Amino acid sequence: MNHILIIAVSTLGGLGLISAIILYFIAKKFKVIEDPNIDLVEEALPSANCGGCGFPGCRAFAEATTKSARDEKTLEGLFCPVGGNEVMKEVGGILGLEVEEQDPMIAVIRCNGSFANTPAKVKFDGISSCSFANNLFSGEGGCMFGCLGQGDCVDVCDFDAIYMNPETGLPVVKDNCTACGACVDACPRNIIELRKRGIKDRRIFVSCVNTEKGAPAKKNCDVACIGCTKCEKVCKFDAITIKDFLAYIDFNKCTLCRKCIDECPTNSIWEVNFKPRKPKAKKPDENKSEEKEKKLADINSGKADEN
Amino acid sequence: MGILKTFVLGGVHPEENKLSAGVAIQELAVPEQVAVPFGQNLGAPSKPVVKRGEKVKAGQLIAEASSFISANVHSPVSGTIFKIDNVVDASGYRRPCFIIKVEGNDWDEGIDLTEKLITKEDYTPQEIIEKVKKAGIVGMGGATFPTHVKLMVPPGKTAEYLIINGVECEPYLTSDHRLMLEKGDEILVGIRLLMIALGVEKAMIGIENNKPDALKHLTTLAEKYKGISVHALKVKYPQGGEKQLIKALLNREVPSGKLPVEVGCVVQNVGTVFAVYEAVQKNKPLIDRVVTVTGKGVKAPSNFKVRIGTPVKDLIEAAGGLPESTGKILNGGPMMGKALLNPDVPIVKGSSGILILENKMASRPTENPCIRCSKCTNVCPMGLEPYLLSRLARTSHFAEAEKEKVMDCIECGSCQYTCPADIPLLDYLRLGKAKVGEIIRKRN
Repeated sequence: MNHILIIAVSTLGGLGLISAIILYFIAKKFKVIEDPNIDLVEEALPSANCGGCGFPGCRAFAEATTKSARDEKTLEGLFCPVGGNEVMKEVGGILGLEVEEQDPMIAVIRCNGSFANTPAKVKFDGISSCSFANNLFSGEGGCMFGCLGQGDCVDVCDFDAIYMNPETGLPVVKDNCTACGACVDACPRNIIELRKRGIKDRRIFVSCVNTEKGAPAKKNCDVACIGCTKCEKVCKFDAITIKDFLAYIDFNKCTLCRKCIDECPTNSIWEVNFKPRKPKAKKPDENKSEEKEKKLADINSGKADEN
Repeated sequence: MGILKTFVLGGVHPEENKLSAGVAIQELAVPEQVAVPFGQNLGAPSKPVVKRGEKVKAGQLIAEASSFISANVHSPVSGTIFKIDNVVDASGYRRPCFIIKVEGNDWDEGIDLTEKLITKEDYTPQEIIEKVKKAGIVGMGGATFPTHVKLMVPPGKTAEYLIINGVECEPYLTSDHRLMLEKGDEILVGIRLLMIALGVEKAMIGIENNKPDALKHLTTLAEKYKGISVHALKVKYPQGGEKQLIKALLNREVPSGKLPVEVGCVVQNVGTVFAVYEAVQKNKPLIDRVVTVTGKGVKAPSNFKVRIGTPVKDLIEAAGGLPESTGKILNGGPMMGKALLNPDVPIVKGSSGILILENKMASRPTENPCIRCSKCTNVCPMGLEPYLLSRLARTSHFAEAEKEKVMDCIECGSCQYTCPADIPLLDYLRLGKAKVGEIIRKRN
């Protein structure tokens, strides 16, 4: 009985020993020398693996930053939109580099074609996918540029920062948006844009992407930009450009003076997170438009639903 | 007749409902105003050559081909270009159209409007291809691929057979059937012309067995013409797909992602053949076509010969008006047709039928979970696995969907037709095709 035990133990022990020796030499021979900074940087990153930086996940971004810091002594063009400046400062600290601060961004929906503004002319009963609907037809309201309302942007958001408002049929971006850009790529109509968050989260933008002439644009949507150039003329900072009957506000030049908002005849320019203006005595319809603006601002910032 | 030929893989048998099969083709009156879209072909939209306010004659060139895969567009009526505007067309989008106000009945010079049959055959292939190109002929089965491009066999390949598609496997539609009955001789002359253009000795006409009158008619007529044979096929959808038709007639399989010319075949629809006859022998460009207006609720299902650009509502009016129970108006048949946004949409070169669906037929059933019965896989004529592809598309696994050959899908709708769980498989397949197509375009 004893010798069976001895044979078993010694065979297994011997095998283990031989394997251990082989493995030791293999490990020595094929050792991968990895920069310890990669692990440190990865730890500092938010681990969202969203791909917002342009790399497939946080590990790849950590490798890229470490390599760039080692070889080129700079972190230019590398930015984690989710972590923002804080995280990038930390990463810079680990790698011993100064990081340039970047303005925090947020996704904005450049369409206000809600159920009320663009009444549905046909009924869509296909699968709930914007890409599919985009191949099929121009949209329930008839606008060929506007939101299709099937929520592809909501599906791709990793941060639960965008949701569909059932009352308007439009997506709403919440304040926790990290500007990873996933929804921008998912939108088949290029409605979503990443814009500067602005001082105190205040933003002004044209909430329309319709490049048709005024008449057909207005036919389908009450709040379409008709390219009247009124806002372009009133802007003192050359922040507004009109191309293909569509105004665009450059967020780097815009000083948030709000002059263009009063000028816009179709209410297609939106202001977000501004305090309501003091009522002016002269204008008779001031109250009405102010109410509207407040409502719009609330809807856009998601406050109307959060409260 | 022995055992009838058909394709092997998959296929379904939808109810035929050929309501208008016995109704002769009627010429529809020219409307007061037509809307002619610029881009009526697969490929690049055509470039306009006339301006607003200009007078045009019927058959005059108004937009020319802008690239290799593109086709000319001619004015279907005589009148004035009222304006060039965006109009909702069958694609569901507003596209640039010529809006032409009809005045008088002037025709462009050289167009022979008589009914006389011309059997002249002394043309060179180049002459025929040039005439087809000039006439702006596109595939009239619905895909609207420019015909002259199809007639130019790519270098290194040889065409052996010309295959004529007289299958009309879509339920309800009868425009090709009527054309074969009424314009048999013209179609056969057109086939001879296409044979000369392609340099082939043999042509085969495939007709499904549910059209015995057309089969008999063309078989007797074909005896007079050299190299043309008529073949009866077993009724099975989608036999009208060119890959399925080649498989049925010649038992040859077109490789994935390749054209029929790979196996020595060129497939043309009978409607296209008739247009070729008119273009070559009568100098008449493609400005009208036969359209079936049908549906269970329609008072008088009919086949109309209409000018391109006629609004769909005119056709519906001529067929007894829009029934009250209308749920959807489809451009095409019930299997592959697409709902129109409104009845003002103009008829284009690719519209083969207008189908009016009743309310109860137009609504979609609620989707149930997949029960893995594998019916969709059994009926897929391309040998794909629709349940898998739909799942991949739904979960955004487009790279895998490409590996599973989603691009081979011909969108025949057999899978969705047969699905007992009413899953919108075709929708997901189309989504997958669109997304994979995007990925492929980005890669190249």
